[in-house]
Amino acid sequence: MTSPELPVEISLRAEGPVARRQMLSRASRYVLLGATLIGVGVLAFLTYDVVRTGGGRLDWDFLTTYPSRRAADAGLRSSILGTAWVMALTVSLAIPVAVGTAIFMEEFAPKGKALSVIRLNIANLAGVPSIIYGILGLAVFVRGFELGGIQLIPALGPSIIAGALTLALMILPMTVIASVEAIRQVPPSLRDGSLALGASRWQTVWHHTLPGAVPGIMTGTILAVARAAGETAALIVIGAFAFIAFDNSSINDSFTVVPIQIYNWTTLPQEAFRVNASAGIIVLMVAVLSLNLIAVLIRERFSRK
Amino acid sequence: MPNSISLQPSEIGQRADSGTFSGISLEAENVIVPNEPIAISIEDWNLWYGSKQAVTHVSLKIPENKITALIGPSGCGKSTLLRSINRMNDLIPTVRSEGTVSYRGVNLYGPGIDPVEVRRRIGMVFQKPNPFPKSIFDNVMFGAKVNGFKGNQNELVERCLRRAALWDEVKDNLKKSGLALSGGQQQRLCIARAIANQPDIILMDEPCSALDPIATLKIEDLMRQLVKEYTIVIVTHNMQQAARVSDYTAFMLTDERVTGHLIEYRSTADIFTNPKDKRTEDYISGRFG
Repeated sequence: MTSPELPVEISLRAEGPVARRQMLSRASRYVLLGATLIGVGVLAFLTYDVVRTGGGRLDWDFLTTYPSRRAADAGLRSSILGTAWVMALTVSLAIPVAVGTAIFMEEFAPKGKALSVIRLNIANLAGVPSIIYGILGLAVFVRGFELGGIQLIPALGPSIIAGALTLALMILPMTVIASVEAIRQVPPSLRDGSLALGASRWQTVWHHTLPGAVPGIMTGTILAVARAAGETAALIVIGAFAFIAFDNSSINDSFTVVPIQIYNWTTLPQEAFRVNASAGIIVLMVAVLSLNLIAVLIRERFSRK
Repeated sequence: MPNSISLQPSEIGQRADSGTFSGISLEAENVIVPNEPIAISIEDWNLWYGSKQAVTHVSLKIPENKITALIGPSGCGKSTLLRSINRMNDLIPTVRSEGTVSYRGVNLYGPGIDPVEVRRRIGMVFQKPNPFPKSIFDNVMFGAKVNGFKGNQNELVERCLRRAALWDEVKDNLKKSGLALSGGQQQRLCIARAIANQPDIILMDEPCSALDPIATLKIEDLMRQLVKEYTIVIVTHNMQQAARVSDYTAFMLTDERVTGHLIEYRSTADIFTNPKDKRTEDYISGRFG
């Protein structure tokens, strides 16, 4: 038995309004690609330019010698060390405060107007220009903070600890926001399960909320550190713009960091220092890129579990 | 306190509390008091989320070593009532309650009562299995550990997993993550976790609604086993389940007049064969809800 074929009366080709919509759809793809290419293109060009200029200057000596008046002898030793010191200190100051704040806001604080106001303010603080933090650091940490005749914070001078405190304040809002988001990602069912077993709030936070939030907190922190590692303005204001020809050994030392060293070189007239600056940029870029990569890897690794 | 609520138009029915609110006296006829010793006694319980009332004038006596089922359509307040029994509602901001829930004569909402202590004695199993992202062993041990368990851990874990009918399936792999188990196994793990605390009462909030029929059957068998030692209160949407496993059944309803009130409470055999209230009859025969 053969079924009779239906007569062909319709065409399923795009016609009229459908054709127009499909055209727009195809066109939008190229417009969006163009938008993306602007960013990527600029970045690619800058990278190319920097590598072409400074690539040849990169060698082990460049990383391990002190700065010098002669461009060919100058290196990043003291600024790399300074960056390492400041970053390590910044992270150890900022993380506990940020995570503590986030836990309090999400798990303990009474939900209400006050909390919303605080949350809004933290989000605002994350957008404050870094130079403002620099000025704050200069006034409060470098020169010390006195209130009503009582010295609340001693004058720390343009030291590593003053720089770290300033940068810690700067990355605090970002880190708090990242930690809050990470804590929110922990399913409420875990909290319920834990509390229903007679665990206290703190036990629940310690055993379930915090471990669940660690990848998010770490990712956020690393990204904040990457930002702080490239920070120049705030540190110049507090006086890290120094010629350092020794290895830092104490948090009270004066210091300089890689981005300031780069900035320093670009202000000098000799062409050879420009080459140094480019080489320094490559070093900084690789460092920041590695940090971002680590952040991505952590996220990948924990999200698969 | 309820006066502030009854000012709202939607709550007009309650304002007539003293005189014309016929529901109370009528319902009382259909709410029995079991002959067994009473584990949980709920007296005139009211609960609000913000300004919205979720449970209204519920009085219910839950007998020891029996399974009591709470049934009713979605939003009738049965889960809220269940969570009132171990103070899980405390965790929701804006919750306000009135009345008493007593456990062996102690008002759980009385002064100086610690919700953590309450939850240790009155465990809970949730609708969606929620094992911790830790090993099976650690899942079972968690509650016992935070409550200061000092004895032999291996022995406790084995005993609880055996009692939750999960031991044979997981005994070779206690280090495996609790999340790697099937849904039904996860739910049994959550039951094992709850009994590791040595509670007196286990609350179950639709424990089988995320499970397939075979896993459901296993949990139901398990409940019949557990009820010899524990008092179980279960919320279920599944009327066959209530009829199969429970000894007593409470039917709750939200209507245009009153939110979350108790319509009928009697032995499961009675309520399913001979419901006194028309609304109960309609519900269990599937005519509304």
